[in-house]
Amino acid sequence: MRFIPATCEQRDEMLRAVGCESVDELFADVPGPALLNKELDIPHGFTEMELAAHLRSLAEANIPASRLVSFVGAGCYDHYIPSVVDHVISRPEFFTAYTPYQPEVSQGTLQAIYEYQSMICALTGMDVANASMYDGATAFVEAALMACRVTKRNKVLVLGMVNPEWLDVLGTYSDSGLFEIEATEADAATSAEQLRTLVGPDTAAILMTSPNFVGVLEDITGLAEVAHGAGALLVVGSNPILLGVIEPPGALGADIVVGEGQPLGSPMSFGGPGFGFFACRDKHVRQMPGRLVGRGVDVDGDTAYVLTLSTREQHIRREKATSNICSNHALNAMAAGVYLAAVGSEGLRSIATTSIARAHYLRDELIKTGKFTAPWELPFGNEFALVYDGDTAQMYDTMFDKGYIAGIVLETEEGEPDLVLFAVTEQRTRAQIDAFVREVQSL
Amino acid sequence: MTSRANGVPSSVPSTGPRASIFDLGSPESRCVLAPDPDVPFDGLESLLGSAARIIPPTLPHVTELEIMRHYAHLAEMNFGVDSGFYPLGSCTMKYNPRINEDACRLEGFAGLHPYQPVHSVQGALALMVGLQEALGEISGLPAVSLQPAAGAHGELSALMCFRAAHTASGNPRSKVLIPDTAHGTNPASVAMCGYQTVTIPSNADGHVDLEALKAALDTDVAAFMLTNPNTLGLFDPQILEITAAVHEVGAFAYCDGANLNAILGITRPGDMGFDALHINLHKTFSTPHGGGGPGSGPICVTEPLAQFLPGPLPSRTEEGWYTLTTPQASIGRVRSFYGNFGVLVRAYAYVRALGSEGLKEVAEQAVLSANYLRVRLRDTFDLPYDTMCMHEFVLSGARQKSDYGVRTLDIAKRLLDYGYHPPTIYFPLLVEEALMIEPTETESLAELDAFADALIAIAQEAAETPDLVRSAPFSTPVRRIDEAAAARNPDLRWKPSITE
Repeated sequence: MRFIPATCEQRDEMLRAVGCESVDELFADVPGPALLNKELDIPHGFTEMELAAHLRSLAEANIPASRLVSFVGAGCYDHYIPSVVDHVISRPEFFTAYTPYQPEVSQGTLQAIYEYQSMICALTGMDVANASMYDGATAFVEAALMACRVTKRNKVLVLGMVNPEWLDVLGTYSDSGLFEIEATEADAATSAEQLRTLVGPDTAAILMTSPNFVGVLEDITGLAEVAHGAGALLVVGSNPILLGVIEPPGALGADIVVGEGQPLGSPMSFGGPGFGFFACRDKHVRQMPGRLVGRGVDVDGDTAYVLTLSTREQHIRREKATSNICSNHALNAMAAGVYLAAVGSEGLRSIATTSIARAHYLRDELIKTGKFTAPWELPFGNEFALVYDGDTAQMYDTMFDKGYIAGIVLETEEGEPDLVLFAVTEQRTRAQIDAFVREVQSL
Repeated sequence: MTSRANGVPSSVPSTGPRASIFDLGSPESRCVLAPDPDVPFDGLESLLGSAARIIPPTLPHVTELEIMRHYAHLAEMNFGVDSGFYPLGSCTMKYNPRINEDACRLEGFAGLHPYQPVHSVQGALALMVGLQEALGEISGLPAVSLQPAAGAHGELSALMCFRAAHTASGNPRSKVLIPDTAHGTNPASVAMCGYQTVTIPSNADGHVDLEALKAALDTDVAAFMLTNPNTLGLFDPQILEITAAVHEVGAFAYCDGANLNAILGITRPGDMGFDALHINLHKTFSTPHGGGGPGSGPICVTEPLAQFLPGPLPSRTEEGWYTLTTPQASIGRVRSFYGNFGVLVRAYAYVRALGSEGLKEVAEQAVLSANYLRVRLRDTFDLPYDTMCMHEFVLSGARQKSDYGVRTLDIAKRLLDYGYHPPTIYFPLLVEEALMIEPTETESLAELDAFADALIAIAQEAAETPDLVRSAPFSTPVRRIDEAAAARNPDLRWKPSITE
């Protein structure tokens, strides 16, 4: 059998050694009524050649965004992934290893994650980053829970224009009764003034993202003042590519910075796995969720890396742990470390700059067609929303048939015009943008 | 990585101070740049205003060759399943088939955006539905959500479904019962779902103390969480009575599926009376552990609980198309998008490679291999529960500790010198000096014998040269680490001032 090396003779030898006549005796503890006593209703196994063909046919039944001219983002982005990233994380010493519980034989994973943590601190302007969370949405929720622990309060105030999926996940977790949510109106941008009357003595945190869901850069400094004035923390969700060129939230008063790390070297892969990054201040590190790698020494005094501060974690603290997270997204975090090493700060700056410049160009050109109007004039990065003057769904479908993904059509209130959210990465060339605009013009 | 030590400490020279990637290269090195904007552009300042970053982030500045050498060096200091035998109990470190790695990288999968039109992702949805159906069949619990990102995430998601179901019946209830052998994630997930944990003791056979369980069950109990086979590697023969007792008070029976590898095609959690199960695709279904993740923790539930599952969920329409819908009383999303799709592709490939007959053979061989090792080692170490085990078993190093002052930690470290990854140690908590060994079905008889020989040799060393074992390892890239010092003065990121 595939992947099982034991021969029939060896099986018999092993059965004899354990004192069994048959394999069935191994399962003597399973009560009769619970035995399956039939074959699983699953097709017989494929040969590898058959399997390869089957998987290829499933893959080819899709039309991947990566083969189209795509302007869809909304939390998942098709930035270019340097070739070196996959070559590094494909080394079996890395990807076939478990969590580095035995540091003597896990120095590779440990050092790579320590370096990843350092890079996230550099990007976000924070003191300490953990070894990763599942994704941006769950990192956002963990930040809310951590803020409740730090402040010993139980209410979070969240800006209505955060990614709606993040808002949904936050709502799912709050149904446990551990914390309450108040969400502001989904305005294109939220001012400090709007929030001042909403924070109170039970507010654990203001939760925001910048850029927000419609791409607008929010007033982090102003919201930090409001949060801190009320004794609450400020949690900021960020876009890691843009952090190459926008001020780090850590320099603007954020207490916890989180985000979706997929743009840093993970393929879109239908939305997963990416990873969540999570960074905070030194003074709050013992309330942090997730694993942390520290740098220390071994008995010979040599540099050695090791999982540390694990008394926060579930395998030690059980129901009193800071989180239930065990498996995280270490390999994606490691990919992000390789990605950031490959591009460096200059490369990151060029990726962000080209993405932002081309996004602004696309927006200008679409408005010039007369078919799109701007719902607001606010600073943004590489993602923006416009109103389409016409049947938006029809425009989207027509453009898809021509080989374009015209962003994503946002659900809006009854009677409100449709908004279309566009994202532009450095992979979209000027020629593609011009051709897209021409096609839209000719509709 | 390391070579077999033959019981003698080898004199591998110290690796010395290791360069951080931040120490390599020079500020002039550069690797990957994006093309210039090539559009009318007045500079970032004009677009971003005060949001523009003044000081660039301190990132490495290295060439591609320096990157490859750096990580090649790190890889040499790492141990994976491909490096050698990895009998880490409850982690199911089986071989990760390579075609799965190829499959998830196909552009038709890796290049998909989650918000593409449904008609353009039919192959992906068909794959997910195929995996859902297979997991439903394997578990005997027909309704499946592939969304949870890991085992603990699946536990939490299922508990949330229980809470929603109880709330719909008028009372969310307040307690969740957990045996003392449970993984730490169980009580942590219970707490995150807003429930209180009540611990149920095990009986002398290592099974659930049924009387204690019955005494703790009342109408305020939301659920009982059980790993079956449990973390001692034992299948609880009272399972039908247990789930019946749980249902009698209107509570749900939850199965932690970390140990599903032992029972594939033999018995199903649904047939044992469980209402929900999470599956660790990164254990039973061969997807790689990635040095800590990503995994995937789908949950399988009964029909009545299906309405609460986290969504959206892919399904097949009557016309034979695939679509995404959210169940009517869904707890909501537990993460962005639809799950760790890249991991789902690998697990699906594994199911289709093995088929029904292959899956059953996995369980049979995993259990046989564990029992073979158990029998080979039971005279050398204490075996507190000396009975037929499932996919893993738990030895105790108590004798070595009391007779020679050699602890289980020392034995584990000495195994590193013999070229093995140690078993899980000091878990489960109710076995003193525990060594939890799970060989998996993918190891050969020769490998099992060599591992048993190594542990027997180490037991001999513990008796004759205990200091040798207590000082191990000798042949690893670093030696024992002062973990207490690392926690007292945490150094959690690179800073320019502390570089060598």
